[in-house]
Amino acid sequence: MMDPHAELEAQIDRWRGYVQRRQAISAADVDELEDHLREQIADRQATGLDDEEAFLVAIKRLGNLDAVSREFAREHSDRLWKQLMLVPEDTEEAGAPPWRELAVVLALAVGAGVAVKAGLAWLDDGSVQARNLSFLVFPFLAAYFAWKRRLTPYVAATLLVPFAALAIVVNVYPFVSGGSTEVLATLHAPVVLWLLAGVAYAGGRWRSDSRRMDFARFTGELAIYYTLLALGGAVLIGLTFAALQVVGADLEPILADWILPFAMPGALVVAAWLVEAKQNVVENIAPVLTRVFTPLTIAMLLTLLAVFTAAGGLVDVDRDLLILMDAILVLVLCLLLYSISARDSLAPPGLPDALQLVLVVAALAVNTVMLTAMLTRIAEFGFSPNKIAALGLNLLLLVHLVWAAWLSVGFLRGRRPFAQLERWQTRYLPVYGAWAAVVIVVFPPVFGFA
Amino acid sequence: MRIDKDLVAASATPLVLGILSEGDLYGYAILKRVSELSGGGMQWTDGMLYPLLHRLERLGYVSSSWGTSEAGRRRKHYAITPAGRDVLADRQEQWAVVAEALRQVWQAAQQPPAPTAGWA
Repeated sequence: MMDPHAELEAQIDRWRGYVQRRQAISAADVDELEDHLREQIADRQATGLDDEEAFLVAIKRLGNLDAVSREFAREHSDRLWKQLMLVPEDTEEAGAPPWRELAVVLALAVGAGVAVKAGLAWLDDGSVQARNLSFLVFPFLAAYFAWKRRLTPYVAATLLVPFAALAIVVNVYPFVSGGSTEVLATLHAPVVLWLLAGVAYAGGRWRSDSRRMDFARFTGELAIYYTLLALGGAVLIGLTFAALQVVGADLEPILADWILPFAMPGALVVAAWLVEAKQNVVENIAPVLTRVFTPLTIAMLLTLLAVFTAAGGLVDVDRDLLILMDAILVLVLCLLLYSISARDSLAPPGLPDALQLVLVVAALAVNTVMLTAMLTRIAEFGFSPNKIAALGLNLLLLVHLVWAAWLSVGFLRGRRPFAQLERWQTRYLPVYGAWAAVVIVVFPPVFGFA
Repeated sequence: MRIDKDLVAASATPLVLGILSEGDLYGYAILKRVSELSGGGMQWTDGMLYPLLHRLERLGYVSSSWGTSEAGRRRKHYAITPAGRDVLADRQEQWAVVAEALRQVWQAAQQPPAPTAGWA
């Protein structure tokens, strides 16, 4: 028997296919719109219109699909994230050939390599080299975003001024060679520069929460791409080495002098471009990765806690351990931020969110143990730049985690929307940059550059 | 009578929240109710309702759940949350002030201008 409404069904099917191609409109949204469309059609049919007329009226009432899809995109900027790549593709048709971006990226990658190589050649002292490394690479990454986002001169200036100021501070301060303030400045400079890169990434709209979230997402995927590139490169280099060794040629000096200084900064620029260009590929991995690593990280933190309690306090523990623990907590924070950025903010609370709360609470417990250990150490041995820097970071983390835990509980109990948790993360980010800047600029004079 | 676009946009949030405070509804039914309440005067572009609902959901003013329609289709129902009721109460006060101000201005406009004593 032939369905009397077969033609209508076929039309609705075609419409569905057409709407589904809009990336800002998810499959669930299409279901919702289809339900609406069918209701409207049924109502029109009840007033006496035939299938075809009812369909046309319903489609017309639904509105211009471009406008509706733009409205969806504005609301769901996380879906727009997928579209970011597509937008310039459409607009750049007016003149810029597709290879131009690749050429710019490769030029910047080589430029970063040349800068690092020149820095290594001209700056003779190892610690001076280390201090300046991030300053040598940053301009090229920022230049890529400046080019890509067509930064206004004003935004470019807001990037350049702090960059130049920091570069001068780091090089003019009379650091005692090998002193801890120097090491601290070296470690904290990339943090400030990275957040500045975030300003460039956001095209100057760094006050926008959703742009900040995009940057968190970008950072996570950059780490993944960079790791992939590094692994691939390592395998390639290793095989070449092995083959050449058989012949009797030694590549070792070339590796240290030429391959690494060019490959490592170059890969960063290329990875940034890949994240920009291939967002869709990684997007499917990100939620999976965070789901795999959240329970694993919880296990790690709990193990650490158990070991610390068994050891009965951390007072006489090596201070290297404290630094290591800070690194672990920062890593946990990155994981938290990344998994929040990868989450659909409208999805109802579920098991992964509960796990995330466990992760935050475990990190809080570790953080508290660390804080007590640090305070006891300070009480016993007095202040040192390292201890104050670590203490400050721990306090920042404490505030961040406590409030994140509080908001998570509210979300899991259905009292708060997920967006509040997101907003807390993005609003808090600049605090880390400010602290890092303090460590670089204020610590050395206060502690006599020791 | 067609209502001006900006006015429709400004009133959309309190209208949707107000309709949902009468009871849970799905998108099409919300629009039907808007049309009923305004005597057909407020014509929304149907598709625009959904991004609005999603925004209200993200802000925590409404919650949603999937159910099935009488015909067995997937259907998303929306309900107002306590936070949404707070916002609604707040908006109601704001609109009351606006409406009252407008009412007085209309009244004043209908009265003949007060005679001006002076040099005439």
